[in-house]
Amino acid sequence: MDETVAEYIRRTVLKIPRDEIKSMLQTWGFLSETQLQTLNFHQTKDNISQDVVQLCEDNSADIKQAAVLDIIYNHIYPNKRIWSVYQMNKTGEETDFFDLTDFKKKFKRRLQSALKNVTINFREYEDNAIWIRIAWGTPYKKPNQYKTSYVVYHSQTPYVFISASVLRSTLPLLCQALVVASNYHDIREMELRSHCLNSLKDIVFKRYSQTFQTYYPRPLQERNVAPENVDLRIIQENRSEKERIQRVNREVFGDGPQPKLEFAQYKLETMFKSNPKMDVLDIKEPFRCLVKFSSPHLLESLKSLAPAGLADAPLSPLLTCIPQKARNYFKIRERKGFFPGSFVSP
Amino acid sequence: MAVVRPFDKLPALNSAAVLLVGSDESLQQKLAEAILKEKKNFKISIHLATSLPLPSERDHLRPRIDLIAFMIDIKSKYSLKNVEASLAHVDASFFLGKVCFLVTGVGRVNYCSVEMNAIWKLGEVYCSPVLYCELELEGIRVATAQRLLQMLQICAGHIPGVSALSFGLLMRNSADE
Repeated sequence: MDETVAEYIRRTVLKIPRDEIKSMLQTWGFLSETQLQTLNFHQTKDNISQDVVQLCEDNSADIKQAAVLDIIYNHIYPNKRIWSVYQMNKTGEETDFFDLTDFKKKFKRRLQSALKNVTINFREYEDNAIWIRIAWGTPYKKPNQYKTSYVVYHSQTPYVFISASVLRSTLPLLCQALVVASNYHDIREMELRSHCLNSLKDIVFKRYSQTFQTYYPRPLQERNVAPENVDLRIIQENRSEKERIQRVNREVFGDGPQPKLEFAQYKLETMFKSNPKMDVLDIKEPFRCLVKFSSPHLLESLKSLAPAGLADAPLSPLLTCIPQKARNYFKIRERKGFFPGSFVSP
Repeated sequence: MAVVRPFDKLPALNSAAVLLVGSDESLQQKLAEAILKEKKNFKISIHLATSLPLPSERDHLRPRIDLIAFMIDIKSKYSLKNVEASLAHVDASFFLGKVCFLVTGVGRVNYCSVEMNAIWKLGEVYCSPVLYCELELEGIRVATAQRLLQMLQICAGHIPGVSALSFGLLMRNSADE
């Protein structure tokens, strides 16, 4: 077995949390059940990984099998990478029947014709998700297994989730191969990025709880519920305002959990509007400014801003439109025309 | 515009009411509970509001307000704006010793977004004492509750010989030294 393959398997096993190693190796299926029985999972991870490498040596593993283990690991822990969402479109109404073998063949052929040194692996999962792992090399060097890109393609949708690898230069080639293989015309990057792959899927497949512009009749029951543990000597004067904030929040964000995003970025190319006496900028040029909101869970924290007394309700539509518009990177330019203001570029 | 006036209602026997105005409700609630825990020999009612004016439908139920404490969080410009907007709905005669400013969050230097200058000016313009307290810490919360209680008693007229105005002047003079 190749030394690089051995090292790669060892490092992959080291990444897995100790309690998960056994089940992941079973899912991998490369080592037999009897071989797995011989492993002692109670020793240090270092030793476990060495033992696994030894067993793989006995089975003469090659890079293809090692890559499958890597896909399995990334499928279970996708949140260690940043995912970007791309949308493909095709002109015309032909709905081709999706042929998996055809897709894989075309994809491989396209990539390999441009770049001989690539390792490509496919793995299909339920819900029509195709996971593709690509390790990139150069015309003169073998593929670097540690510089990998991941693609998750749901064949019944035009959406592709790509985990940007360090080599950004390979992105155009990758996009091209996807378009050709899936019989689409072109592909564009939606300005939507996050660590949480499932949340990205929730947003583009509209699986989160949507809000509808209907009137919410307040059930009578709500008014009569007296909160327990409240001293009657403490009187809340703004109870109706609090209820209004809850209602507005519910109308804007819905009742269910929000998709998990970590940032929202707004690139402002608007004119600086200052007090005319201030005279800060004489030049009539757009004031370039970048505003970035970051949070462990951006949408939930936006939802709790008004109830916590940190902002007015309703919030600016620039913040609340993120799930509906399916983007968290915005460019805001000056609106040209009769009414001064700003508009969000498509 | 509904304005809070200090003497538009008759006082009740042996009782006092304090109004806390601020945008952070949980901190208000904690301070109110700390005040209630203190030993006192009069009836107290604590009114919590996020901003003024107070809703008019509860006007007839509300007792005379003896002391207003505006709560500002140094970490939130929004809380300062909120207080500044609410100050317009307070009758001028309240500022003769019956108003004070509580400034919280001063422990976290890195997160200050309100300038100390703005706070100091607020105290100067409205002739009212500014108490700096880190209300998130229980010990300071208890101490602030005790101070507020003492001020409340004076403002409600329970201490003979000391009026709200004279006490207010005393606090300002000692602060200037």
